Amino acid sequence: MLKFDNVSMRYPGAGDVLRNVSFHLERGEMAFLTGHSGAGKSTLLKLIALIERCSRGQVFLDGKNLNLATDRQVPYMRRKVGLIFQDYKLLQDRTVFDNVALPLVIAGYGHNEVSRRVRAALDKVGLLTKEKKYPAVLSGGEQQRVGIARAVVNKPPMILADEPTGNLDPELSAEIMHLFEQFQQVGVTILIASHDISLIAQMDHRILKLDHGQLVDEFGEVGKLNDEAR
Amino acid sequence: MMKHVNKRPVRPTKPVKQEPRWQTKVSGGNFVDKFHAYHNLHAHALFSSLGRLLASRFSFIMTVVVLAIAISLATGFYILVANLQQLAGNLEASNQISLFLKDDISDARASKFVGSIRQNPSIQDVKLITKEQALAEFKAYSGFGEAIKALEKNPLPVVIQVLPKNSLKNEQALKAMLDDFSRSAEVDFAQMDMQWVKRLKSIMEVARRGVFLLSLLLGAGVLLITATTIRLELYNRRDEVVIAKLVGATNSFIQRPFLYSGFWIGFFSGVTAWLIVTVIMLILKQPVETLSKLYEGAFHVLFLGFTETVALLLISSVLGVMGSWIVLHFQLQQLKPE
Repeated sequence: MLKFDNVSMRYPGAGDVLRNVSFHLERGEMAFLTGHSGAGKSTLLKLIALIERCSRGQVFLDGKNLNLATDRQVPYMRRKVGLIFQDYKLLQDRTVFDNVALPLVIAGYGHNEVSRRVRAALDKVGLLTKEKKYPAVLSGGEQQRVGIARAVVNKPPMILADEPTGNLDPELSAEIMHLFEQFQQVGVTILIASHDISLIAQMDHRILKLDHGQLVDEFGEVGKLNDEAR
Repeated sequence: MMKHVNKRPVRPTKPVKQEPRWQTKVSGGNFVDKFHAYHNLHAHALFSSLGRLLASRFSFIMTVVVLAIAISLATGFYILVANLQQLAGNLEASNQISLFLKDDISDARASKFVGSIRQNPSIQDVKLITKEQALAEFKAYSGFGEAIKALEKNPLPVVIQVLPKNSLKNEQALKAMLDDFSRSAEVDFAQMDMQWVKRLKSIMEVARRGVFLLSLLLGAGVLLITATTIRLELYNRRDEVVIAKLVGATNSFIQRPFLYSGFWIGFFSGVTAWLIVTVIMLILKQPVETLSKLYEGAFHVLFLGFTETVALLLISSVLGVMGSWIVLHFQLQQLKPE
């Protein structure tokens, strides 16, 4: 589903943020991406969401080489990936319903289809009764669930989450992680960037650890994981 | 972020056209549903952009009024020139020659002279204005009625207005005719009105070009004011734009409501400009028509006609859309998700 092949990312003036990163996520796999601040977690996610393009190497998503996607194709590419953010990125002047409906409206679905799917997504995250509320009156956990509903409403094959529990207390965080596991069970590939080590440790999923832009194994050694991926 | 050195991998395989068709796979719904959805999107963008503009009523009205003033200046000058041109047009129809008769010529002799002029085959029309008629006319329009009563004797000469046939376009021939009249025993002096018409016409040509250039400038102003307004709107809604981009919105989807905002701003400015010009014309109508009586009522105030109104609304709407398009074209690329 997602394949990094010797990917390097260099920002001018900042040096290599990612160095020769290679890994492969199977369809329906769930993985955590960890590492210290500045290890390159966000950059790696940005490459998948085509917010950035890699300097070297290749990224494949759903069998398509992202390096070959033209600017025109980028929007259609992004529809394959549900994005979830630490700060939720909800539209404050739109209701919960309208926020969740956005990806469907963008994709050009008709009104009936939009209503049906939005309600299904809100039901899944347990917010069906709050569809007419505005994000500001919801708690942090609820807002993040709106964000998740928006990410899954278009049924993308892949979900990317960047510190989704960064602003939540441990209990709510566990709840959110459990929600992700439910999506994994229906075949969605999930990659979650997080530095909440204790939370990650509780869950039995693959862990990709970045250290200064390189993938390392659990003992902090470079290379072994990369070889494995090949 | 800037792009880095070319990182597109070189593909050794032959260049088979294999453009990934993300669209067909990811967006959904059946065709009819999507067709309706597309129309709904446009209708929604059209009215939601209007709603947004009306929500910030004060700044919307300010912008529209500023634009309307600019547009009505251009339109006002246009209609002014159109009116003057109509005037010049009427005058052109008469290459009229005025013959001022000598003071001692009686009305009876003048009538006889008119009769002889009428014999001339190249004359279309002759009109005699007796001393009394001239005095009555002068009293009515000059405002010196009372002063004239104090005069013992009518100081005005008998005037004969001679209208040569239209076929007599040749300036030389006209000149010759004028000289002939000057030599007549009855005529004090003969004057050709055409000289004045010619001057007026060349002034009109200058005015017409001036209005055209002015309109271009004001049009550019309208374009840029709309652009600035839309830029501000884009800036205010940048979070929304970025989020829409993140969930897969194409540029055309993001642009749509802003283009409609530009349309509404232009359209309402056009409507307001039309109102301004029409009100000004209504205020000017009365004095202008009184003035036109001095030209024997040949002149009627021209208002903006149907075609001109449609053109006005069309041009201002198009300027609005273009203004916002320019901003979107250059600024949307810069609004990138972080």
